[in-house]
Amino acid sequence: MCAGCGAPPVARMVLRALKENDHAVIAGATGCMEVSTFIYPYTAWTDSFVHTAFENAASTLSGVEAAYKSMKKQGKLPADGDTKFIAFGGDGGTYDIGLQALSGAMERGHDMVYVCYDNGAYMNTGIQRSSATPKFADTTTTPAGSVIPGKMQSRKDLAKIMVGHHLPYVAQTIALNNFKDLYEKAEKAIYTEGACFLNVLAPCPRGWGYPTDMLMQINKLAVETCYWPLYEVIDGKYKINYKPAKKLPIEEFLRPQKRFKHMFKPGNEWMIEEFQKEVDARWQELLDLEEITNKE
Amino acid sequence: MSIRERLSGNEAAAIAMKQINPDVVAAFPITPSTEIPQYFSTFVSNGTVDTEFVAVESEHSAMSACIGAEAAGGRAMTATSANGLSFMWEMIYIASSMRLPIVMSLVNRAVSGPLNIHNDHSDAMGVRDAGWIMLFSENNQEAYDNLVMAHRIAEHKDVLLPLMVCQDGFITSHSIENIELIEDDKVKEFVGKYKPEHYLLNAKEPIAMGPLDLQAYLFEHKKQQAQAMINAKQVILDVAKDFEKMTGRSYSFFEEYKLEDAEIAIVCMNSTAGTTKFVVDELRSNGIKAGLLKVRVYRPFPAEEIAKALSHVKAVAVLDKADSLNAAGGALYTDVTSAMYVNKNQVPTVNYIYGIGGRDTKGDDIKGVYEDLQKIAQTGNIENPYRYMGLRG
Repeated sequence: MCAGCGAPPVARMVLRALKENDHAVIAGATGCMEVSTFIYPYTAWTDSFVHTAFENAASTLSGVEAAYKSMKKQGKLPADGDTKFIAFGGDGGTYDIGLQALSGAMERGHDMVYVCYDNGAYMNTGIQRSSATPKFADTTTTPAGSVIPGKMQSRKDLAKIMVGHHLPYVAQTIALNNFKDLYEKAEKAIYTEGACFLNVLAPCPRGWGYPTDMLMQINKLAVETCYWPLYEVIDGKYKINYKPAKKLPIEEFLRPQKRFKHMFKPGNEWMIEEFQKEVDARWQELLDLEEITNKE
Repeated sequence: MSIRERLSGNEAAAIAMKQINPDVVAAFPITPSTEIPQYFSTFVSNGTVDTEFVAVESEHSAMSACIGAEAAGGRAMTATSANGLSFMWEMIYIASSMRLPIVMSLVNRAVSGPLNIHNDHSDAMGVRDAGWIMLFSENNQEAYDNLVMAHRIAEHKDVLLPLMVCQDGFITSHSIENIELIEDDKVKEFVGKYKPEHYLLNAKEPIAMGPLDLQAYLFEHKKQQAQAMINAKQVILDVAKDFEKMTGRSYSFFEEYKLEDAEIAIVCMNSTAGTTKFVVDELRSNGIKAGLLKVRVYRPFPAEEIAKALSHVKAVAVLDKADSLNAAGGALYTDVTSAMYVNKNQVPTVNYIYGIGGRDTKGDDIKGVYEDLQKIAQTGNIENPYRYMGLRG
């Protein structure tokens, strides 16, 4: 994958949370991760891996999991050893074209983890907007022009949609600080019975326009500005895993990225203000949810 | 002893599935195939089968889940119709390219639009080049028998292709007819166990399936698929032979009904063959040498065999229950006539598009076609080969 891409550390850390003796069947949605890790006749995956199409990693894996359950019950598979089911999809394959298959698989409660590596646009096809693309971002289908200054809609909150499915475990995380948060959440998701969901922000140097050696700083800024809060929802109860002592202004996150460059032009201050307001409102909503869902 | 029953086509399909006892069934309701997953869910709920039933949220996910289950190492089955198959379309091609012997019961219905829930073959014709083996069934008995034979064909090591068993929506899916069922243990023994060579759930030998396959290999992989379809021809005949030993019922690529000495012949598929047989008998009693060729195996297409079987007649009509909207004729017509051409069979052959959207196909309509054929046989003159049967105005 590209230098400075946020996706490979996600795949590596999630799979590191798999216990040594456990086997995994991994399903990949068509996207950057899939096309760069499995080009015939080579594969980068050491566990079993299946790719079928763009929008259906969740439904494909639900079939694998159903076969496992059925065959295990019938004694067609060895009694010892455990197999875990993990899907990886980008935001295109998850928030958008794959939302239906994801919702279906999660509602049916297959024992699997769906990991969305969210880079905020269709990066594999060349940076087109998705419903995960933040407001005002410059993409190839929402170019910042003289009349329309980038994407005009706010991004979808997928983790909350997943919470609405009443799953045993939903978490939002990122590769940061020795990957502790990501690793721990992956482990919980893999070893919690039922359908679990992880939303992981995975910056894209091409789409976001940051220097490739800045990946970890971008991740840190996403968290410190509360653009991407780290939280988990266990059986409906919200737990915010990190509350910055001093929330950084959103400019800190926006400035290093070319996709937001036009927001810093004189006369466009309103865009930054509006962006900040939305980040603040979402953060406050999360704080409220934590309080409400943890009331005795 | 076989079991005599009275069942609808959908019931017959569901009972075949129960006897096959697949590891996974993933399906989504759509008229007129809805009853199949419905009946099957009852078997699951009552513990009559070992199957995991995945009540998916769409047909796209039904086929995706079948692909996942079959790739995992299990036997996966589904049922659908019309728009359900259209919605699966992307995954239909992927299933066959991954060489997964999934078996589907396709209850044929008109593909939208406009919306229509009744029978024609436009759904099946839309996937005729997708790399699936396609068996057509005249009645509930054939729908049942074809399903019992399906896995033996699809899972054969020289084949490894998905297979669909077609029957006519409502006309046979909802009509109750006599049927001879095979005992459970005999079906179990006939179908056998599924032993895939490579599968996702084999922890001892992890495998990656469904790669990005670029210019260097895709062409050769497609050739392998094409070869598998060629290989399927012999396997279909071999399985039919074993099936005949068990049941006494004989199957081949197609059924020849009074075709041997026929002067005029109709080629058609599914339930229309029943109506045609009735008309053939009537015409024969009046001394008219009419015959029928009922196609059972549409993919692989038995081109040479069909051309040979029709070589002695004086005129042929191919009935297509789906219009190809190509200003030239239906798909079965194109297949039959090109088979005749390359096999140097110069019999005058015309096409009739019929039964679209469930338009009733009457004995008199078929009789009209045979009358047209008598004229063509006398004159050798076709005029317009692209015709309609049962169309108003």
